[in-house]
Amino acid sequence: MSGVDYLLPYDFSPVTVVSFLLALGLYGVALLRMPEHERPGPGRVVTFVIGVLLCYGVMQTRFDYYSQYMFFVHRGQHLVLHHLGPFLIALSNPLPVLRFWHRALGLSQRAWLRPVAWLYRGLQQPIIAPVLFVGLIYFWLWPAVHFDAMLSRDLYWLMNWSMLLDGLLFWWLMFDPRSPSATATLGYGKRMLILALVALPQMVLGAWIVFSREMVYDVYEVCGRAWPMAPETDQLLGGLLTWIPPAMMSILGILILLRRAMHAENTDHRDRNIPTGQSLAGDKV
Amino acid sequence: MMTRRAFWLCLASVLLISGCTGGDTDWHGKDISGLMPKLKFQLSNPEGQTVTAADSEGTIRLLYFGFTSCPDVCPTTLAKLEQAIRQLPEDEQEDITTLFVSVDPARDTPERLASYVAFFGKNVVGLTGDEAVLRQLAKRYRTTFGYDEPDAQGNYNVSHSSAVYVFDQAGEPRLLLRPDLSARQVGEDLEQLVQTQN
Repeated sequence: MSGVDYLLPYDFSPVTVVSFLLALGLYGVALLRMPEHERPGPGRVVTFVIGVLLCYGVMQTRFDYYSQYMFFVHRGQHLVLHHLGPFLIALSNPLPVLRFWHRALGLSQRAWLRPVAWLYRGLQQPIIAPVLFVGLIYFWLWPAVHFDAMLSRDLYWLMNWSMLLDGLLFWWLMFDPRSPSATATLGYGKRMLILALVALPQMVLGAWIVFSREMVYDVYEVCGRAWPMAPETDQLLGGLLTWIPPAMMSILGILILLRRAMHAENTDHRDRNIPTGQSLAGDKV
Repeated sequence: MMTRRAFWLCLASVLLISGCTGGDTDWHGKDISGLMPKLKFQLSNPEGQTVTAADSEGTIRLLYFGFTSCPDVCPTTLAKLEQAIRQLPEDEQEDITTLFVSVDPARDTPERLASYVAFFGKNVVGLTGDEAVLRQLAKRYRTTFGYDEPDAQGNYNVSHSSAVYVFDQAGEPRLLLRPDLSARQVGEDLEQLVQTQN
């Protein structure tokens, strides 16, 4: 296989390619057209693009092939789709871009978006969001469900897309740059609590997979591995990827939020009349 | 209040979905109806003729990927299938075709494949094709195969699916037989499938 083949999709999904092109395209157009003072700095743009490309890479390159036939690579794929990619996208604070497109939409089109807004608000409730976040991981890793998802092409795509969308919702709820004291966004304390709480069940699940003596996910055994590897090793590595990196990302998220909370507190103390630079990159939102 | 109601709604839908997926108790194998596409392939038999799914239509097809140098899984599985089929009444035995697809075309010459499948009963068809064609077929059934590095003698191991895909007379996917099933359990499943189809 040549280098180019590794970049081509294993299972070409037009919906996925169009969605990613659209996301990057809309982001780019908004960047060029928005007023100078709203435009995100290069660091934020790069963070956004890396996040998007990571998600695209695990869905529409040769990586997807290995994800389908190796359990540990599959766990790596979900780590990117549900954690790392959305983490970077949310951290890059694409709010100015969203605002730009919201302004560009006419009133009638905004009316169409209203059900989406209702759904969004429902899913972002502080109890529903973490339950959904952990629930989806448990659901798709339920051995019977996991078996079906790896056998059925439709279920497989549903699984990956649901992980990506839920990841975006969750990390956006965590890293929403709008100040909790000035807007209705979730308070920093609650966000940190949620991050700590979602880490626990993920650690339990990961540890359970790691310490399982028998094969929990035999679909990879049944359907052939991408290369001959001991099933125990595959399961062990997959369990570790479910256990350690997500827990680390929760801690990283908590540290970022702690820094923001302290920053907000300091500026609050210094002068209540100066608007706070609440986003991570220090840019105005 | 709103949050609590939405939470219960969420829980209810999760329970509903998980309830829907646990209904395959009638079979020893895994029910794969609707999970996979219909049986479709175009491969060559040891005589060099092109074989498609239409050639065996009207019989139950057992699709299995393997290679003739396989030290353990392939011969065990094929022997188990033969034993399971022999349990059925004689007239029903004719209604089952075993399709052995070799994913090692470099080593599995037509002669080798022919003599190998002849060893496991009369309704076993040995099939193979170019690696690209085999990859397409494997991908269609959500499986794959891979080759190890050859040793000094040129021998290498091949990773492949260890399950048997069962398609009914119309080519619809029905069951996935895991390697841990006994010949008796496979026989019972096949019997049940023949009965429901007739």
